[in-house]
Amino acid sequence: MKSGGSLSIWFFIGISLAVNGAVIFARGIYELVSPPEHQVVLYDFHANVWWGGLLLILGVFFSLRFSPARERARMSGNS
Amino acid sequence: MNPALVMLSSSTLVNLSPVDLVIIVFYFALVLAIGLYLKEQANTGEDFFMAGREMTAWVAGLAFLSANLGSLELMGWAGNAYKYGILAAHWYWIGAIPAMLFLALVMMPFYHICKTHSVPGYLKLRFGPGSQTLASVSFAFMTVLMSGINMYAMAVVMRVVLGWNIHVSILVSSVTVAIYVALGGLRSAIFNEVLQFFLIWAGALLIPILGLVEAGGWSGLEAKILANLTELHVSNPGAYTHAWSTLGNFGDNPMGINWVGIVFGLGAVISMGYWTTDFLVVQRVLAAKDLRSAKLAPIIGAAFKMMVPFIVILPGLLGLALLRDPHTGNLLRLVPADLAWSDAGQAAGLHSFDEVLPLMLARYCGPGLLGLGITALIAGFMSGMAGNVSAFATVWTYDIYGALINKNASDQSKVTMGRWCTVLGVGVSIGTAYLVMNAQSIMDYVQALFSFFIAPLFGTVILGMLWKRATPAGGFWGLLAGTLSSVGMYVWVKVDPGAVKYVALSSQAQDQAQNMFRALWCWLICVVVTVVVSLVTKPKTDAELADLVYGLTPIPQEEKVSIFHRPVFWAVIVGAAFVALQIIFW
Repeated sequence: MKSGGSLSIWFFIGISLAVNGAVIFARGIYELVSPPEHQVVLYDFHANVWWGGLLLILGVFFSLRFSPARERARMSGNS
Repeated sequence: MNPALVMLSSSTLVNLSPVDLVIIVFYFALVLAIGLYLKEQANTGEDFFMAGREMTAWVAGLAFLSANLGSLELMGWAGNAYKYGILAAHWYWIGAIPAMLFLALVMMPFYHICKTHSVPGYLKLRFGPGSQTLASVSFAFMTVLMSGINMYAMAVVMRVVLGWNIHVSILVSSVTVAIYVALGGLRSAIFNEVLQFFLIWAGALLIPILGLVEAGGWSGLEAKILANLTELHVSNPGAYTHAWSTLGNFGDNPMGINWVGIVFGLGAVISMGYWTTDFLVVQRVLAAKDLRSAKLAPIIGAAFKMMVPFIVILPGLLGLALLRDPHTGNLLRLVPADLAWSDAGQAAGLHSFDEVLPLMLARYCGPGLLGLGITALIAGFMSGMAGNVSAFATVWTYDIYGALINKNASDQSKVTMGRWCTVLGVGVSIGTAYLVMNAQSIMDYVQALFSFFIAPLFGTVILGMLWKRATPAGGFWGLLAGTLSSVGMYVWVKVDPGAVKYVALSSQAQDQAQNMFRALWCWLICVVVTVVVSLVTKPKTDAELADLVYGLTPIPQEEKVSIFHRPVFWAVIVGAAFVALQIIFW
């Protein structure tokens, strides 16, 4: 959906997923190096690493796919 | 619960780390940035109240679903799954899917073609100003009250779960909502609802995945629930993992309901009423860019709604199977909120049903993931409030201010009124939150009051759309009779608890079962009164009913598209998946 400007809603969602994913992934890597004293159940699955990584990849994909530059190019191509 | 006691409570369910706070602060910054960015695109009434009617099917569909997917909804139904077992999933399946598909294929063309701004607006066109005023005043009044109650309840949860100050929680979240909705209108609310949809799945999906790993899959989960409930001497523990097989008799399931209440009370009346006539959700679909998108949007919403039990109901069941006291190793038994949050309950370290989702979140999610999960809950709350406030602003501006106070209001003055209404709506919500804080019993009454309007409104709208003989007098008196009878039945049971065996057909009926049957009766009363009054009063002419009633509304032919782009094709797919789920979890 277009907002009327050049930023798509999917771009905002991409930014959100990418930033959250990066923070969670980084924290997961830090915990691999320095395991916490109090560990959650199934800690050995290292969910923050793979879940954070997955969110980061999805977020980057959305951000690039719906980036303002690509949207402008697409709109000028349509007009 | 005494709020003062909650505020004095020192124990919190989870502790946030700086990483979690970064994620939460980023969310607040992002929604404010979206509101500021969208301000420039909210200059006309169509822009501000209807998001320019340019939403794609995906955006409208996800917003349609998300407007209902608030954090209290998530935590409340996870708690209900813990309390009632998989029966709670009916509120996501038969209590939503048929109604969403019905809205898409049958009702959406009428809403879309008549270009109404609201559901009360449709009632004005179909039945006249009397029905419009009744529906709009009750909707506006109840919407801001509900918004305030949800605000208070969420602030309490934040206090109990996170230890946050109740006043700060209310102020920060409500001011943020007021800013981004007042700036960007419905478009801003919809943007944030879609954002919230992704955050909820990103924040909550890990719980069922890791939970099923720990429980040993679905069969392991069933076995653990059976063993735990048997240990606790719960009668018929197998009923907690079967959706239909225990609905033959009221006493065979933990909810005290039978299949009539679920199929007709929930599936045919409450669900139809909510998903097809509650303007809070319907407004999102009215913003779709064309008829095909408007029809596809509820179908997309239905497809995802069917999957929501995976992140809501399953965590409740997992809590039933896996939660144990960390100190004693005994089964952890959750209790009703009033008991858990009383001073005795707090001293004993009790947890309420509604805390099962945060408990499961804290079980599997360390720093970062925990922040994302909490952000999902906050986002759910704020987007639910934004939905209430934007719907209130629209109904107030078009159906009360524009219809009763200033009939010649210009488009620009309506936008200005809408912005002020948004701020006013948030202000009234805050006032309601503090009112409830000082008089807890109000919460029960107001929540029940809200449900009074849904079932009869559905009776009025559906007769208006499908029966051209329904007259303005029939619509008005039917709606009034249905609403008053619902209130009457509620009061009757409050005054004389023994009356539940008449209202809900069983003295074993729990609150949810009573709601189902009360809705069924008041809908029937609304329909009967509408029909009888209509038959003795003068109907509108066919010309007056053009574009409003089935048979008098030419439905535009859909453009020539492949079968994969046709709403009916996807409705059949979603319907088939819905039936398959019922069989799998029978």
